[in-house]
Amino acid sequence: MSKTLSIAIKEFRQIARDRRTLLILLFVPAFFLLLYGYALSFDIRNIPLAVEDNDRSSASREVISAFVNSGYFDFVGDISNEADLVRRLDDGSARAVLVVPGGFGRDLRGARSTGVQLIVNGDNANTATTVVGYAAGIVSAVSARYEAAAGLAAARPLLSAETRVWYNPELRSTLFLVPGLIAYIAMLTAVVSTALSIVREKEAGTMEQVRMSPVGPLAYVVGKTMPYFLLSLASSLAIVGVSMLLFDLPVRGSWWLLVAAVALFLVGALAFGVLISTLAETQQVAFQLALLTSYLPTLMLSGFIFPISSMPAVLRAITYAVPARYFLTVLRGVLLKGAGAAVFWQELAALGVFAAMVLALASLRLRREWSLSR
Amino acid sequence: MNAIEVRELTRRFGAFVAVDRLSFDVRPGEIFGFLGANGAGKSTTIRMLCGLLRPTSGTARVGGIDVAVDPEAVKQRIGYMSQRFSLYEKLTVDQNIAFFAGIYGLTGDSLAARRTFALEMAGLGGREAVLTGSLSAGWRQRLSLGCAILHEPPIVFLDEPTGGVDPLSRRRFWRLIRDLARAGTTVLVTTHYLDEAEHCDRIAVIHAGRLAAIGSVGELKQVFAGRPIIEVRAPQPVDAMRRLDQMPEVEKTSVFGTAVHAVLRSAEARPDLVSGRLRDAGIPASCTLVAPSLEDVFLDIVERSGR
Repeated sequence: MSKTLSIAIKEFRQIARDRRTLLILLFVPAFFLLLYGYALSFDIRNIPLAVEDNDRSSASREVISAFVNSGYFDFVGDISNEADLVRRLDDGSARAVLVVPGGFGRDLRGARSTGVQLIVNGDNANTATTVVGYAAGIVSAVSARYEAAAGLAAARPLLSAETRVWYNPELRSTLFLVPGLIAYIAMLTAVVSTALSIVREKEAGTMEQVRMSPVGPLAYVVGKTMPYFLLSLASSLAIVGVSMLLFDLPVRGSWWLLVAAVALFLVGALAFGVLISTLAETQQVAFQLALLTSYLPTLMLSGFIFPISSMPAVLRAITYAVPARYFLTVLRGVLLKGAGAAVFWQELAALGVFAAMVLALASLRLRREWSLSR
Repeated sequence: MNAIEVRELTRRFGAFVAVDRLSFDVRPGEIFGFLGANGAGKSTTIRMLCGLLRPTSGTARVGGIDVAVDPEAVKQRIGYMSQRFSLYEKLTVDQNIAFFAGIYGLTGDSLAARRTFALEMAGLGGREAVLTGSLSAGWRQRLSLGCAILHEPPIVFLDEPTGGVDPLSRRRFWRLIRDLARAGTTVLVTTHYLDEAEHCDRIAVIHAGRLAAIGSVGELKQVFAGRPIIEVRAPQPVDAMRRLDQMPEVEKTSVFGTAVHAVLRSAEARPDLVSGRLRDAGIPASCTLVAPSLEDVFLDIVERSGR
């Protein structure tokens, strides 16, 4: 126990003095958080919107200003006829056109169902889907006000546009990205740093020096990984905290469940780092192995950036072997939906199985490498 | 009881035999030198003795314990230092000492005493907070030795401990080794520096994984009993060597710096006889009888065992 602690203290001191590692552990997460949170946001803003207002009533102006004031749309001009509309969309000076029919205001005041038409440039399907989603939200908000004014029940909306988005009503992708970011950073610190720090000791000969002492492989690995476990855990929780401040990330579920899920994921990731260190003799090889087997899958195949549901069948099958996939489901559930452990027992079990399998494999290989070489 | 007992120790890597049926004993408190060229099997032997590598066959007992049976018990009783001075360069002197004390389970008073001992031995008193990586090789070497013997092991293995260190530091290091041995520690040291072998009580010469010779320096030099060595200095050493090789009295010749060493077959042969023969052949040379150096001994042993 005291031997393990000696190793952990030594590792902490090394990390504290190693600027590069410290930079990876502390600043890369912050950098990515800000990058994804602000710059690389998948949200679409400032969509050029042209308006064909055939009603010119206070009601029509209210709908139009609701679009413009939402921040998602930029008003680029009025259109008076069909030809103008086609030209606007063709030359790209507008990506969406809002058409308000004549008699719109009269119908609304009379509490008769009516609608607005939104024509969206569909050359980018993703953008179009998002735009349609925004429009639906805006229209139903206006509709709700008139329903309330008219004293109608919400059963039948006055203004048609019936899309409702749960959990993330504004479709803010930041909220969706934060759990992925936690998985990504955990992978980076846990797998890459652990593998590199062990292989570095192999290269420097200090590992052989330690092997010559009465320290078992278990004490060595626990001591070696403990600092990275704590750092990764702190780093993950810091991301949650910063996201709460900057992006209004809700933590709707239990903090305990959150910490438990992160810890379970980290144990698997650390074991994976140890496993890689037993396969590589140089830091370069270790880094490439880590990149290929954990970092890239976490980025590409976990649902972090690309939705699993839209992957080809082969890739979708591979995602079942990526622990971050389960981790993301749990995190998104806990953070955004406030769901409890009962909902995620399958994912948690999958994470547990992964951690147990990799731990077993890593300790098997380490024991072979550590004790008498055959 | 001997500190180390090695019997028929063999290690193969595939078809390659790195260590071939090695047998020798090391007595307690002895400085035992392991002499051999690079790749002769010295490090492989040490790794087996320290419990890091499993012998293919044969046995090795270190401190009375069979290394193949209980390598962990061996590790508590030995100190190990390699040519890489395996310290953590990004930690300070004190932090390195604290780490190695920690993994050997030193605490409290014994920790404080051994820390002071290591700092004094390395001559690093007052420089505890210096980064190890910024120390010169000689300091790191002594600190590395200090860290390796913090737990006061009765047996210490030193694998090429003086590589890359200046001559003054080497001399200082060997003084530390002699102090250790005088205090009762058994030291097994590998080297390929012949002059360092002179510091050892006994030497084992390893060639191609086999024990080629064993004994004190004096004993090893006995291979030249009845085989005097004539040192020949000539303006044309190559011509002189060719002529010497033709003489029936000359067993063999070898180049030593700018001179040629000729080993004679009989004790009676005199230097003036050799210089006379060379002069007759038109090769002026000065010939003197010299005592065998360790280099003569090493070359002779390696040549014989290679045959």
